[in-house]
Amino acid sequence: MASLRELAKKKNLLTGGHRLCAGCGASITIRQVLLASNYPLVCGVATGCLEVSTTIYPYTAWRCSYIHTAFESVAATISGVEAAYRALKKKGKIEREMKFIAFGGDGGTYDIGFQALSGALERGHRMLYVCYDNQAYMNTGIQRSGATPLGAWTTTTPAGKVIPGKPNWRKDLTACVVAHNIPYVAQASPSHWKDLVSKVEKALETDGPTFINILAPCPRGWRYPESKTIKMAKLAVDSCFWPLYEVEEGKYKLNYQPKEKKPVVEWLQLQGRFKHLFKPENQAILEKFQANVDKAWENLLALAQKT
Amino acid sequence: MSKALALTGNGACAFAMRQINPDVVAAYPITPQTTIVEEFSSYVADGLVDTELICVESEHSAMSSCIGASAAGVRVMTATSSQGLALMWEMLYIASGLRLPIVMHNVNRTLSAPINIHCDHSDSMGARDSGWIQIYSENAQEAYDNTIQAVRIAEDPKVRLPVMVLLDGFVISHAIDRVEVIDDEVVKSFIGDFKPIYPLLDWENPVTVGSFDGLYGYFFETKRMQAEVMERAKMVIKKVGNDYGKVSGRSYGFFEAYRLDDAEVGIIVLGSTAGTAKVVVDNLRDKGIPVGLLKLRVFRPFPLVEIVEALNHLKALAVLDRADSIGSFGGPLFTEIRSSLYDLSMRPLVVNYIYGLGGRDIDELQIMKVFSDLQDIQETGQAKKAINYLGVRE
Repeated sequence: MASLRELAKKKNLLTGGHRLCAGCGASITIRQVLLASNYPLVCGVATGCLEVSTTIYPYTAWRCSYIHTAFESVAATISGVEAAYRALKKKGKIEREMKFIAFGGDGGTYDIGFQALSGALERGHRMLYVCYDNQAYMNTGIQRSGATPLGAWTTTTPAGKVIPGKPNWRKDLTACVVAHNIPYVAQASPSHWKDLVSKVEKALETDGPTFINILAPCPRGWRYPESKTIKMAKLAVDSCFWPLYEVEEGKYKLNYQPKEKKPVVEWLQLQGRFKHLFKPENQAILEKFQANVDKAWENLLALAQKT
Repeated sequence: MSKALALTGNGACAFAMRQINPDVVAAYPITPQTTIVEEFSSYVADGLVDTELICVESEHSAMSSCIGASAAGVRVMTATSSQGLALMWEMLYIASGLRLPIVMHNVNRTLSAPINIHCDHSDSMGARDSGWIQIYSENAQEAYDNTIQAVRIAEDPKVRLPVMVLLDGFVISHAIDRVEVIDDEVVKSFIGDFKPIYPLLDWENPVTVGSFDGLYGYFFETKRMQAEVMERAKMVIKKVGNDYGKVSGRSYGFFEAYRLDDAEVGIIVLGSTAGTAKVVVDNLRDKGIPVGLLKLRVFRPFPLVEIVEALNHLKALAVLDRADSIGSFGGPLFTEIRSSLYDLSMRPLVVNYIYGLGGRDIDELQIMKVFSDLQDIQETGQAKKAINYLGVRE
């Protein structure tokens, strides 16, 4: 893959001047993804922060072709674009190699867009689906999603007098996608840019559907200072809450093993959305949180060893 | 050279799709549309078309894929019915708002509950405000002819709007009828090559499709433009209907006025019921009773001026609606027809008959009853009841 120096010189397909928040994990993530491509792209974006903030008419921050249709439909929309490309290629009306990327937030991917994603993966379109997972519906004002972790405060799971934040654990979307038996699935984080960029490169060279789930910290929703986004992403990885791994043709590979697995509270305590969990009466939730992380991590290690 | 085939309505639609040879079809099966997709799939499997067929996992994804493919810059078709159209509802507005010339069959079927697979027009009437052109068919022949014309209408540079071709579930879709088809080459030259406008796949000229419109944006202006374009589509629909006559011998207008010119009372109806109504009109005419029929073909855009012109001489008019608008005052066709006649100083008395919901048969006797009611209205100069339900067990 390209060196940092080379990447820095590349034209960024998502320009500055868009209206995402200062410190937004999504824009950092998307720029890293786009830097990995050497092809003309068509990007589809599900309704969400990325969509509303980058295409305010008559402006656009996108230097490649872009389409937005609705919240739950990006996988299907890009399926259509990709099918149109194949139709033209077959007839010799287009020669250039092009690539197709669908971007969705966790709401648009884990929840409302899950069916369209599943269908597109099963049909085998040659497309990359990138989920930028900021763990809640941030665009509409921090409501819980299927990606929101246990105990987190959101505006629909407030830390109330009786119920202290979200009562459920989160959906393991990456595992759900692995179950589709597609050629390439990965998890990545913008804190590990080299890993992220090389995963996107690999995905774009794959003949078939590919999927990368990327943690995209959100200063507004997670309640931390804007300057700490990359630190938040890194701690999620180092605590093994968000392991970096890939599944290539069914074979698991762990891409990063922290030298010292940090206790997950080190990540939680820096975020206002978990503040209430540090009250003595909520100690059990923290313990359960750690136990869930441990269990998932051990499962992953076993899978990586087995395959 | 045209030849006559024995085809079901759905078979006729699939046959037309084969001749059109769209670049992409994304569809999901639903009764009674299913055989369109099945027959078209066999054309794909046998290599009779070049189409990329996307067998999606829902109608929502069918329309989303069609939007993606159409925006990418190719000719796109799909087909649905009922619940499928309802599931697409969100995407219908996006297809028309983005001005994408997608052509879709909707084989009319009612909406649940109670679940029922049979014909009425509740599904397409629910989509009447979605910015799609709607063309209704009386029989398999018209379903075939409308399909081919729809491509030309949708793709006309003055229009660029999606078109819905409607045919009645089972009554047309599954009944075998005599259909005159035109030669493949004639269809090909009639529709011409697809000409993309700002396609996503023009990689040297990237475009942003589906921008976000802020509070001080251009949403209202966009909708105003859509309304203007829909109005403009009337000219194109008329021209395409005439041009189609030159290649097929069958010209089409916004509607068919059947023995209406010198009629004193008349009915207006959409779809297959027009066939039954014509028989009744003929029988009554044989007895010297001056009755007539207006079979509306193009419901969107609504041909206001022409309809008023065709109906203004009547003393009494019955609007037959195969859909109810529960909580309103009459079915959707009734409220529009009656409103369109309001500006006349002398206007017919207009009554509404809601009929055939969930596939309830409509027969000659029921239509005879409507004409007999109309004669009473004409004689007494008043309508006892504006909204009537025809053929229901009360």
